[in-house]
Amino acid sequence: MEPIRVVESRTAVLPRENVDTDQIIPARFLKVTDKAGLGRALFADWRYGPDGAPRADFELNQPGAEGCAVLVAGDNFGCGSSREHAPWALVDFGFRAVISTRIADIFRSNALKNGLLPIVVDAPTHARLLAAPGAPVRIDLEACTLTLPDGVVVTFPIDGFSRHCLMNGVDELGFLLARDAAITTWEEGR
Amino acid sequence: MRTLFAKVWDGHVVTPETVDTPAVLYVDLHLVHEVTSPQAFTVLRERGLRVRRPERTIATMDHSTPTLPRGADGRWPFADSQAAAQVSQLETNCAEFGIELHALGQEGQGIVHVVGPEMGATQPGMTVVCGDSHTATHGAFGALAFGIGTSEVGHVLATQCLLQRRPRTLAVNVDGRLGPGVSAKDLALAIIAKLGVGGGTGHVIEYRGPAVRGLSMEARMTLCNLSIEAGARAGMVAPDDTTFQWLAGRRKAPTGAAWDAAVATWRTLPGDPGATFDREITIDASTLEPMITFGTNPGQAIPIGGRVPDPADEADPSARGSLERALKYMGLQAGRPILGTPVDVVFIGSCTNGRLEDLREAARVLRGRTVAIRTLVVPGSQAVKRAAEAEGIDRIVRDAGAEWREPGCSMCIAMNGDRIQAGQTCVSTSNRNFEGRQGTGGRTLLASPLTAAAAAVTGCVADPRRVLER
Ligand code: SF4
Repeated sequence: MEPIRVVESRTAVLPRENVDTDQIIPARFLKVTDKAGLGRALFADWRYGPDGAPRADFELNQPGAEGCAVLVAGDNFGCGSSREHAPWALVDFGFRAVISTRIADIFRSNALKNGLLPIVVDAPTHARLLAAPGAPVRIDLEACTLTLPDGVVVTFPIDGFSRHCLMNGVDELGFLLARDAAITTWEEGR
Repeated sequence: MRTLFAKVWDGHVVTPETVDTPAVLYVDLHLVHEVTSPQAFTVLRERGLRVRRPERTIATMDHSTPTLPRGADGRWPFADSQAAAQVSQLETNCAEFGIELHALGQEGQGIVHVVGPEMGATQPGMTVVCGDSHTATHGAFGALAFGIGTSEVGHVLATQCLLQRRPRTLAVNVDGRLGPGVSAKDLALAIIAKLGVGGGTGHVIEYRGPAVRGLSMEARMTLCNLSIEAGARAGMVAPDDTTFQWLAGRRKAPTGAAWDAAVATWRTLPGDPGATFDREITIDASTLEPMITFGTNPGQAIPIGGRVPDPADEADPSARGSLERALKYMGLQAGRPILGTPVDVVFIGSCTNGRLEDLREAARVLRGRTVAIRTLVVPGSQAVKRAAEAEGIDRIVRDAGAEWREPGCSMCIAMNGDRIQAGQTCVSTSNRNFEGRQGTGGRTLLASPLTAAAAAVTGCVADPRRVLER
């Protein structure tokens, strides 16, 4: 996965609560055996009408949302299923970070493994971001800071291990494989 | 003094968590299905890795599989070539990596969370994972069971371990007793409504109290299954005699002296008296009625005799917005009773309510009555189907005019061609009423098998207790 250190981007804002993974990528797109090109299916039923034409009223179809690498979403983003197709689709579409007041556990874990930074902020910060779609933000992963459009800097929580993996683009499998001896000892000892 | 969760967690830590690194947690049982595994096997191939413990890995196919029988030409009626390819990919992967597979039409095939327990693979005190969020189901046995993503499926295939931070604990104490016509599904929907769909985030739930002790294993599975709908990755029930009786004699359960030793160990699993949780809530089962959802997430549920909530009563603007959106999508009017809402389709099945006991409940209503609308009854597994047919449930279903199908996820996720049309309303015993879950533009009302069957025979939302009296 691509390392993340600094993300500078305008924000795309999706001010809906409890955005579930069935909305992020509907189940009919899960019949694939690879992960390429899923960005086309991102938010498919919100982005496109029954005739396949883009819906003018959907937030991410607004001209300002194009090319944004940061998604600001309502509370409890990514609830529902464990499909990793959700972060695959978001990353393929061009997102590198998702900001909300709460991010569902399995989605968060999947995002971290795919170079998509999940950021949880407090309600006042969230309200400011929701109110300013298209405004520029800066994320510094090393410093764990988010610079808001008005220049105010807030910090966000992320555990050191996840940060290390994201910053260096390393995946966890290598770390686990390196624990092979410890796993064998544990298996023999139980 | 430790909780049930703490005992299971501590017993599986290969290397402990530090400030810098998560714990390495050992996985006893890894369940695999066709939708979330192909990319994980690709990683194994790319890196030249083997499956570390094939004997701890069991695969089945359920999501993309047809629920109609083979055609006269011997072919399965797959929805499309992609679904067929996904299923055949799982066959190839299991053959190549030496994994036990319960393939389409075989005796052990079915929804992954139905077949794991019924073959006795899920046991108390185990860690169980699957690339599927409803893995929480297996917590009914006092196992720590949770859903993982496809990258993690690869981790477990290759190392039998996961990197995990210790979650917080949430006790859900259920006092009293469920009344007649009120099921574990209704209890779960009431709990989710109380916690909210994100209320359990970061937590493992333990369901406790007299009402939970009184539940059958099937009902405990229904309850734990829905933990994820409150945002909790796992839900657990401490094992007891009900658990052991259910497990005894199942194919993968221990036998003889090994069984006695296992039961002795399992009896030490329940939380110590005085062990504390990070959070606790209490709910009184005796006050509950059958529940039904009205919105587009499982937390938007009301008692069957209730009224559709009015956004105007919602003080928080963003919650008000969500409610308005949900009612618009569902085509429901604020303030109106939910009883009598017209229904187009009924679906009875899924990993939440596709077990024998669920089908028996539905059959209680369907027996001697006729369905007014399209009704699909889909057993959770081949074993459930055989057992139900041995009792004549298939006949009751067919005589009522409903469809009796082959096992699978079916209309719970609408990946296999079983789906509702845009604008249709379905009362469903599944677990997610998200927009489009049962088919693009479709509307889902979640309820128990009894309530779903009551909707089937009346063509509208109905109180099953009244329907059974008629
Ligand atoms: S029945 Fe539904 S929720 Fe359960 S595993 Fe299948 S698709 Fe998932």
